[in-house]
This record gives sequence, structure tokens and C-alpha cells, in this order.
Amino acid sequence: MPSFVIPDKCDGCKALDKTACQHICPNDLMVLDKETMKAWNVEPELCWECYNCVKICPTDAVEVRGYADFVPMGATVTPMRSTDTILWTVKFRNGTIKRFKFPIRTTAEGSAVPDGGWETKGDDLKSPVLFTEPASLGLDDVPTL
Amino acid sequence: MSAYDRFETVEVSTDLLIIGGGMAACGAVVEACHWAKKNGMKVALVDKAAMDRSGAVAMGLSAINQYVGLKDGENTLKNYVDYVRNDLMGITREDQVADIARHVDGSVHLFEKWGLPIWTDKDGKYVHEGRWQLMINGESYKVIVAEAAKNAMNEAGAELFERIFIVEPLMDGNKCVGAVGFSVREEKFYVFKAKAVMCAMGGAVHVFKPRSSGEGLGRAWYPPWNSGSSAYFTMKAGAEMTCQEVRFIPVRFKDAYGPVGAWFLLFKSRATNAEGGEYMVENRPELEKWGEYGKVKPIPANLRNWLGQMDVLDGKGPIYMRTNEAIQNIADKFKDDPKAFKKKMKELENEAWEDFLDMTISQAILWAATDTQPEEKPSEIAAAEPYFIGSHSGASGAWVSGPEDLQTAESKADYFWGYTNMSTAEGLFCAGDASGASSHKFSSGSHAEGRVAGKAAIAYIVDHNDAPNVDDGKVSELKKLILGPMDLIADNKDKTTDPHINPNYIRPKQFMLRLQKMMDEYAGGVSAQFFTSEKLLTRGMELLELLKEDSTKLGAEDLHELMRAWENIHRMWQAEAHVRTMLFREETRWPGYYFRKDIPKIDEENWKVFANCKWDPNSNEWEMIKRKIHSIF
Ligand SMILES: Cc1cc2nc3c(=O)[nH]c(=O)nc-3n(C[C@H](O)[C@H](O)[C@H](O)COP(=O)(O)OP(=O)(O)OC[C@H]3O[C@@H](n4cnc5c(N)ncnc54)[C@H](O)[C@@H]3O)c2cc1C
Ligand code: SF4
Ligand code: SF4
Repeated sequence: MPSFVIPDKCDGCKALDKTACQHICPNDLMVLDKETMKAWNVEPELCWECYNCVKICPTDAVEVRGYADFVPMGATVTPMRSTDTILWTVKFRNGTIKRFKFPIRTTAEGSAVPDGGWETKGDDLKSPVLFTEPASLGLDDVPTL
Repeated sequence: MSAYDRFETVEVSTDLLIIGGGMAACGAVVEACHWAKKNGMKVALVDKAAMDRSGAVAMGLSAINQYVGLKDGENTLKNYVDYVRNDLMGITREDQVADIARHVDGSVHLFEKWGLPIWTDKDGKYVHEGRWQLMINGESYKVIVAEAAKNAMNEAGAELFERIFIVEPLMDGNKCVGAVGFSVREEKFYVFKAKAVMCAMGGAVHVFKPRSSGEGLGRAWYPPWNSGSSAYFTMKAGAEMTCQEVRFIPVRFKDAYGPVGAWFLLFKSRATNAEGGEYMVENRPELEKWGEYGKVKPIPANLRNWLGQMDVLDGKGPIYMRTNEAIQNIADKFKDDPKAFKKKMKELENEAWEDFLDMTISQAILWAATDTQPEEKPSEIAAAEPYFIGSHSGASGAWVSGPEDLQTAESKADYFWGYTNMSTAEGLFCAGDASGASSHKFSSGSHAEGRVAGKAAIAYIVDHNDAPNVDDGKVSELKKLILGPMDLIADNKDKTTDPHINPNYIRPKQFMLRLQKMMDEYAGGVSAQFFTSEKLLTRGMELLELLKEDSTKLGAEDLHELMRAWENIHRMWQAEAHVRTMLFREETRWPGYYFRKDIPKIDEENWKVFANCKWDPNSNEWEMIKRKIHSIF
């Protein structure tokens, strides 16, 4: 079962009506069981192992176990995502551990300005010049034939 | 109470409706919001998932695959057009490819401003993976691009609808005036009315049987959540479609489908058969059979696949990526400086693993689970199953208008009809995987093309500012049809003791497997080694007809399954367009993607054309059309 939930850690997102894992799964796989108030993956055979539910869970309750039909058992890959970096721990079947840390963004969360700070002076709706162009291209004009 | 009576109908009116929330849609909305604000227009965007992590970039990416480098004179538009035309064996719309290429650098520069870490060297220049590819730390690529899109929407007062699955277009004659769908969270049926519609719902996977069919069914290279909705939507609008035969089959690390680009391009790794023979060298004489395309550099992706496949068919598999050899070669360069070597190795190890962790985490799990250290042993690579992804190295999608200023006198008559990226259905715009014959746009080019389409759609609305004329009778008919699968199960499930086995309905999962089996065996899937023929395709069509009849018997227990039911109807239409077009094109042009065993040769004289198709909503008939290829660059 590709992504799975550890019952002791899942708090059902404190009974809010939108749980984080259910909100984010691009394939609509994570569901909160209203009786136990724990989440589960309802269709593991359609999970892409994209890890979005893992990364977003506030209690680290979601993990991934490699697809049983072709992945030997015993390895884990675990992310820890902060606002600007992600730290990965890869544990091999033979116990070897590797750690990797990568940046994920260079600006503060929420700060992306649509025009990127470029001049948006064009107002010809019929021309091929897009709103941040030509400045965002670094050219004087949009190339044509 | 029937689902029709139970579901509330929610009506939304807007000027521009953007369907999808992926790279193309995010580009479209950023651009459209700017022009909409200026012209007093409303924009709405609807996605089946959460825009932060929806579409093919949901997991992240480790490279931007299209950057032309115009500002530094690295390449010209013609260079890019040549590259794409050659890779597609001559079948490409040069006007569209050039249009995307002239805008794409701007999208990449925006991504960088928004916060995407793009690698730079000590002079501040982008680090290239290959001629067109840039290295990024792309775990949050989609989050960042969606953030800019949402900020633009907030500024323009645009509305965002998430977790709404769009099923069908609403038409007023040949003009698209909106779309219908349903919420996958609450019992609500949505009717969107708009003056122009932009379709950007990605490509299709699971039309063909994947190699892994147990728990690993979802581990296709292409993400399981894009199910052919773009193709279905445009076909049902009666729009002309192009390149429906041009599927994409990537060669990737076997089973988990981890990317190979960094290994080939950065580490200069070789791929060999099990005996150590290099198929790209040993099978080179075969290239001569494929006309001028066998001579170009880089060798087209499908021909590379084909040379590898020849070894597999000869029993020389498995095919290996010689990772250990590549690393040894690098080590040799540092043999006098162990300290520098250690540093270089650390750097390479980081790059190799990041490639997986940013975009195919499953591959990292598989390497760890098989104790694979790339410096110690090679790893298997293999061709995946066929996908429909017009933005990558496939080309399927809608036939759309190109820009006016990138036409010759001859091309203009065939390629231009007023608004860039508008399909042959009035007011219906397409971008990304939804528009065809313009491959190799990838994430960045899809965003740029979305921007072009978003601006053109606003221009269209300014010129055609009429209230959408929606037929309420048709809407009510569609509501009944779309929610039907829920009633079918509710009414019949107590007739057997197992809700999965019932003679009155078929569940979406089994329906999908039936489609996949048929496509796999008759239409050149993995089990058929990508071979097919007229006889096989004709038999496949017969089985597809039966499947189409049975699609009215799809049952759905809940909203989630209702989405699955419609996803599979969308896949089925993609399948039909594919089979019909492979039948129509009487040659083999893309060996390595598919091979017509009955016509095993390329036929430049008769088939250097676009093979287009069109489903007529009035007659329910398909028309197959040849369209001319114009050389512009
Ligand atoms: C495995 C893989 C690796 C790739 N690697 C790279 C790379 O390294 N570099 C690169 O530049 N490009 C890469 N690409 C290509 C890139 O991801 C695509 O070109 C790009 O995402 C296409 O954009 P799009 O908007 O057409 O589709 P997507 O980005 O896939 O967006 C589709 C959108 O439609 C929505 N949707 C689908 N159906 C419906 C429906 N019925 N109703 C409502 N909404 C719906 C989805 O939720 C999603 O929001 C890769 C693609 C794949 C699959
Ligand atoms: S996000 Fe985590 S805590 Fe919240 S419901 Fe999902 S598994 Fe439970
Ligand atoms: S790993 Fe991805 S596809 Fe699988 S359940 Fe989590 S979010 Fe969904």
C-alpha cells in the first residue's frame, strides 16, 4: 500500500472538516474514516507515490511503503520539508543510510508577484506581446518572422 | 431519490473559464487576469484537484526542459523548430513551436523571480543539463507557479474552484459556451457558463495496460490523475484533432520509471545490452531505413527507442544504464587528486539522487530496496507503456490556430483563423497537452503557451462580448447522464451478495482494465512489443465498440467512483481517436513508438502530412483529414 497512515500519529487533523492529506492528494485517494477519525488511502493501486500527503501531514503520520508487486521490502525514503529546504533520509534494505538536503525556494512563501517586477506597459490586446514582455524576455522586442 | 433530484445544481457565470490547474492553466490565468482587469472581465479557473499540487508537476521536477536562451544568443527560434521537427519525424506545426519558443524564456525568468531555485554557475549563468534543459531544485516548482497564479487571481478578483471534475463542454452550435461537471466532495452538479473557454486538462495515462498491474498500477511514468479529459472535451466540442497517433513512450529506469536524462546528459553514461553491446552503435545501420530522420542529431527519441527495442527482440536484454562505468570515467579524470575526486563524487551523488527525489521518489525507494549504489552496479532501463502527452515528446491534441505574424503566405490559409490557440470550435482555446502538433514544450513551454492562449482568449471575448447562450434542456439531459452511474448502483446493488459482481453494471476499475487489455493487445501496447497492423486495429475497434456500448452501464458507488467512471469514458475516447488515426496513417513513421507490421516503412510521398480527425456531434460520425505541412523556418 504505497502511502499508509500510522494510527497512533494521525489525529484526523483535529476534526477540522478538511484534512490536509485529503486536501492535497492530486488523485483524491486520502479519506478520513469518520468513525476512527483516522485517514487512509482508499485506492493504493492508483497512488503515484508523489509524497504530497507525506509532506503535508502536520503529525508525520503518513509514510510510504514501496509497491508490493515489484519493490523488495525493507527500504524507506522519508522527507522533512520546511519553508525553504527539504531534507531526505534514504534507508537501504541493507541498513545503509544516506541523507540529502536541497533548497526548495528562494523567496518567502506567498510572495510571488505575478509580473515578477517587470514593466508591464504594453496595452495592445491584439499583439503577440505578453504583459511582462519584452522586459521579461531580456530582449528589446518579441521576435517575429 | 435519484441522484439527479438529490444533487444541487450550482450555476457559475464568468467571461473566461479556464479548465485545469496545471502548468498551462497557471500560465493562462496569470496572463488572462492582467488583460481581464484592464478590460473589466471576469475569470474563473476550475481544477479537479488542489492547484498547489495538481497535474504532471505535482511531485516536482528536476529540470526545466525548454529554455531557448534567446537573450544571450545561445540559440535561435529556427534552432528549436529544427530540433522539434526532426524529433517528430517531420510532423510538426512550425508556427506553433516557434511561438512557444519565442515566449518560453520569459516564463522561465518569471519562475526564477517567483522563487524557483534554478542552478547557476559562478558567472551567474544557468547550468544546462543539455542544450535546452536547465537544472533546478524543483521540489516546489508547482507550488511556486500556482502561488503566482493565485496571487494574480486575487488581484483580478477571479474565482478558483477546486475538486470539481469537469466532464463535458456546453455548446451553442459550433461555439463553446461553458462546461459541466460535479464536485467530488459534496453532491453538487456544476454548470459553468462563459464567453470563452480554455481547456488545459493535461494528457492521458492508463489507456494502455501498464507494465505493473498490481499495487504498482499507479506507478506509470505519467501521473494517474490525468485521464484524457482534454482530448474528450475538445472532441465532444466537435473540434478537429491532430496527431492522435503520436503517442509517447519514454525509456526510463525499469519499473519505477526514474528519469535517465541526468545520466545520459550530465554523467555521459552509456546504455548497453546485457552482453555489453551498445545498441546505438551496433544497430546504427538500421537508421538508414528512416529517411532523413535517421541522419539528424540528436537522433529522434522514437528511433533511439527502436534501436534498443531491436536488441530486446533479439533476446539481448536486459538493457542497462552503465552507471558504474560513467562514474568510473569521471573518477579517472581525478585519479591524481583524491580530495577533488571525493568532492566530485559527493556532488554527483547528490545530483543523481536529487533527480529521483525531486520527480520520481519511487525510483529512490527502488534503488534503496535493491541496495543499488550506482557507482557499484548498472541499473536496468526499459521502454514504458504508451502515453498521450502532446507537451512532451508525443504530439496529440487539438488542431489550433497559430499566430498571424509567424505565417508564410501559404501557411496562413491553413494555420491561422483569428485567435492564437483557438481550436476549430469557436471560443474554445487549448494549451499544454490539450493542443497538438507542437511537442517539446514541457513544463515551461506549456506555461508560455498558456499565457499566449490566455491573452488571445480575452481578445476573443472583447470582440465577441455576447452572453453565452446555454440550452437548459441540454444541461438537464447532461446532469441526468453524468450522475446516472450513481443510480445504476443504488438500484441494483442488492441484487447480488457481492457489490462488485453484478450483471447490471460494471465498476470503473474493471472497465479501465478491459480498455487497457484491448489497447495493449490490439493497438500496440507493451505486451505486443508496440507492434500492430490493420487487422489487429480493426479487431480492436470491434471490441472498442462493445466497450462503448457498455459504458452506459458504468456504476459508481460514491463521488470518488463517479469521477473514476467519467475518467474512463474520457480514456475510451482518447483510445478511439488513437486507433482510428493509426489505421488512417498507412505507413510506419515512428518505430519505437508504434510499428505497423503490415506497412513497415516510412512513406514520405504520401504521408508527410498531419493525420487529423474530427467527431461530428450531429451525425456521430468520424471524419479523417489530411492536412498539409508547411515549412516556415
Ligand atoms: C513524469 C514526467 C516528467 C516530466 N519531466 C519534465 C521535466 O523534467 N522538465 C519539464 O520541463 N517538463 C517535464 N515534464 C512535462 C510537464 O510536466 C508537462 O509538459 C506539463 O505539466 C504540461 O502542462 P499541462 O498544463 O498541459 O498539464 P498538467 O500540468 O498535467 O495539468 C493538468 C491539469 O488538469 C487538471 N485536470 C485533469 N482532468 C481534469 C478534469 N476532468 N477536470 C478538471 N481538471 C482536470 C489536473 O488536475 C491538472 O491541474 C514531465 C512530465 C511527466 C509526466
Ligand atoms: S494529514 Fe495527517 S493528521 Fe491529518 S488526517 Fe491526514 S494523516 Fe491524519
Ligand atoms: S503519495 Fe501522492 S498519490 Fe499517493 S496518496 Fe499521497 S498524495 Fe495521493
